[in-house]
Amino acid sequence: MSTHRNGLLLANVSRRHFLKGLAASGALVIAARWDLSLAQDEEEASYGADGMPHGWVDDPNVFIRIDEDGTVTVVNHRAEMGQGIRTSLVMVVADELGADWDRVRVEQAIGHEERYGNQDTDGSRSMRHWFDPMRRAAAAARTMLEQAAAEHWDVPVAECHAGVHMVIHEPSDRELGFGELAAAASQLPVPERDSLRLKPRDEWRYIGRENVKTDRPLAIDGEDIVTGRALYGADVVLDDMLYAVIARPPVYGATLASVDDSAALAVPGVIRVVEVQGTGQPAGFEPLGGVAVVAENTWAAIEGRRALEIEWDTESAGDNASYDSEAYRQLLEESAQSPGRVVREQGDIEAALADAETRLEATYYMPHLAHATMEPPAALARLVDGKAEIWAPVQSPQAARDGVAGRLGLEPEDVTVNVTLLGGGFGRKSKPDFVLEAASLAREFEGRPVRVQWTREDDIQHDYFHAVSVDRLEAGMDGDGKALAWRHRTLSPSIGSLFGPDPKHKVDFELGMGFTATPFDIPAMSLENPEAEAHVRIGWYRAVYNLPHAFAIQSFVAEMAEAAGHDHRDYLLELLGPARQIDPREINEGWNYGEDPERYPVDIGRLRAVVEKATEEAGWGRKLPEGRGLGLAVHHSFVSYTAVVLDVEVDDGGEVIVHNADIAFDCGPQVNPERIRAQMEGACVMGIGNALHSEITVSEGRIEQDNFHQYLIPRISHAPRTVRVHLINDSPEAPMGGVGEPGVPPVTPALCNAIFAATGKRIRRLPIGDQLAS
Amino acid sequence: MVTLTINGQDHELDVPDQMPLLWALRDVVQLTGTKFGCGMAQCGACTVHLNGEAVRSCVTPVSQAQGREITTIEAIGDDEVGQRIQQAWLDLGVAQCGYCQGGQIMSATALLNREPDPDDAQILEAMAGNLCRCGTYNRIRQAIHRAAGHEEEQA
Repeated sequence: MSTHRNGLLLANVSRRHFLKGLAASGALVIAARWDLSLAQDEEEASYGADGMPHGWVDDPNVFIRIDEDGTVTVVNHRAEMGQGIRTSLVMVVADELGADWDRVRVEQAIGHEERYGNQDTDGSRSMRHWFDPMRRAAAAARTMLEQAAAEHWDVPVAECHAGVHMVIHEPSDRELGFGELAAAASQLPVPERDSLRLKPRDEWRYIGRENVKTDRPLAIDGEDIVTGRALYGADVVLDDMLYAVIARPPVYGATLASVDDSAALAVPGVIRVVEVQGTGQPAGFEPLGGVAVVAENTWAAIEGRRALEIEWDTESAGDNASYDSEAYRQLLEESAQSPGRVVREQGDIEAALADAETRLEATYYMPHLAHATMEPPAALARLVDGKAEIWAPVQSPQAARDGVAGRLGLEPEDVTVNVTLLGGGFGRKSKPDFVLEAASLAREFEGRPVRVQWTREDDIQHDYFHAVSVDRLEAGMDGDGKALAWRHRTLSPSIGSLFGPDPKHKVDFELGMGFTATPFDIPAMSLENPEAEAHVRIGWYRAVYNLPHAFAIQSFVAEMAEAAGHDHRDYLLELLGPARQIDPREINEGWNYGEDPERYPVDIGRLRAVVEKATEEAGWGRKLPEGRGLGLAVHHSFVSYTAVVLDVEVDDGGEVIVHNADIAFDCGPQVNPERIRAQMEGACVMGIGNALHSEITVSEGRIEQDNFHQYLIPRISHAPRTVRVHLINDSPEAPMGGVGEPGVPPVTPALCNAIFAATGKRIRRLPIGDQLAS
Repeated sequence: MVTLTINGQDHELDVPDQMPLLWALRDVVQLTGTKFGCGMAQCGACTVHLNGEAVRSCVTPVSQAQGREITTIEAIGDDEVGQRIQQAWLDLGVAQCGYCQGGQIMSATALLNREPDPDDAQILEAMAGNLCRCGTYNRIRQAIHRAAGHEEEQA
């Protein structure tokens, strides 16, 4: 197995426990069926898509179908959660095939990684892992159409070229539509991968273009969304359907002691009350357990649950039952005073700190956060004759499939997972616990479809929370403010705690998110990771550990610049040092988002370029009115580079108004620049929300927030008045980076730096809340 | 029995008076364009029109909706303003995941029907109750300006 490259080893080991009778397959077994030799060669490298479970597939017969009427259907096997992948991957196929947008349709794949390759829609990697395979699949299909035309006309294939939705024979001025050729082409062998001609950029009509004119909107689901026809997890309606909500243990690891369901059963519409088995700790992707109320409609189920009288046993929860987030913050801050496991070291940190003219120290705190996707988790399941069918909004349909199979004692091939649109994902829906709940209930009501609906309270109280974090930084500078020493201790509970004994340290992929590869040119550095325990379910939340790392590091650089009396931008550029490429292995960063360290070095030149672009566009250094300031931050994550400058006002009441955002973003080649801009705009709002208001607190192991009146997320007034996204480095030579997540991490520190510029107040503890009111 | 007039059609429903209109629409009439987001009028995903006014269907009992014209996202395109809003949403690529956008469009349409020429402050106020976790707010504001015929209101 080579899955460790992508940091998902834990998750995949866990889910493979349920793969009865199926040997845990190597990442490339499936991709190998097209060309075994190449696949085997690449298995040794096992980077990028090669390093993912089930690897990649580029067989056109899997992804592309052409009907006789010319309709091209593209199978999209990645989850759509707002990033636009159903549009962007189809653009890739349409362009390479030569298809006309108005005659292209998309079909959503079921969860089936042996057929489609890896489907985990997370880690900002759909496009960077699938651009090449999808291009090859489409180029192969185009070649087959050209071959079919050549045979039909009995002319050399070299004289036949695909135009827009047709193949043309120029010497005789004849043409045949894709639809007319489809049947014959489908009988032809798939051409050798090495023989394929990929279109040069100047032949692209959709890829990399903005403002493309098409009769049908480019956004595949746009019309369905604005007319209410788009189908999300709770929108699939089947005959004879049942509706369930579940009361879950209020403390992670607690179990059901007793339940009195008499009042619940008396609620009109309630049919049955059923216990759902949890698996205790660690929870993995399994349900938390609890009591389900199954009814004729959702409202009856909610009313029935309200009427349950439940006693929970918190003994099995151990320490979790006394978890208090405020006490925990203090504990982590104390722990940050002592050395921790050394992750990376260069020079003599103690000597360098001792020799420093000026020393600076600061501790930053970021609380737990909840994903709060606008669509709360929901899943529909039906079990008939030993076969389960699922409809659910899942980021990892194969994990859902394996999990359901394990729970119901079925083989994965007896489980069909239909993937609906996701009403937001952000990492929450990579965990299929809610799907497994529906599967458990489907077993209780065999033959009848059962939908489990999470309420907002369920969602906020039983999330896989973003890890709380404390980051303590120390720096030593010489008399000119030049940095000589940098010590960073980072503390957070680990996602690893979901899958086995709590590692109590961040694991490699967590440290690899913006900590280990801290890109500064400082003679003495010590990066350390003291212990921290997990007491709630911890999970991936958009950009994950990059959020606290970027918040702390980019805030601290601004504090250093201030202490040194230097301009923040100039100081940041000096810390980054000259443009150069650093092999991540040389700075102890072995994970590197699963990507080849030679193809994807830490590129200081790209970091510098986004800083220079964002500050230039924002008019860095310009004079602003009293109470208003510019804040800057930069971050490298998901092998992309983002710099943000925010123009922020703090009014007399301490309210923060973000006037403008200038975001410079370098993800290398841009497939769908319009959606990249949209991702940056949304990431900016999410980063502002993470800073301003959002906080999950815990007392006696119980989450203290339960809906949007307590767990605050940004509203329209919190969005910047203008967001300008500056996309740079759309170069075919640049390695393609991620888009969905890398926009978020620098926003929060940029905001806090702007607040400092506006008010002189330094925010070290999030959320900002009412800290600016005075 | 409750009789509801939904998108111009009468529906007889055998549901309790207190059932929120949201669940009657979704589970009983099977109009699923109206979304559940919070259940307590905090997020606006469930916004529908009652006699042209935007209300949160998750806290509106069916008894209160009786005798009034209920319009949902599925039929808002029949309204001239609603159609313009939908087109502006498409032109500017507002939606990301799209889950909240039905509610956003219902709120925006009610605004323009009430105030055809809103300024920025009126837009922010009218849309304050509609959450979008994808953060599409800038484009929502721009799309409303566009539907109102304001040229280049926003950068």
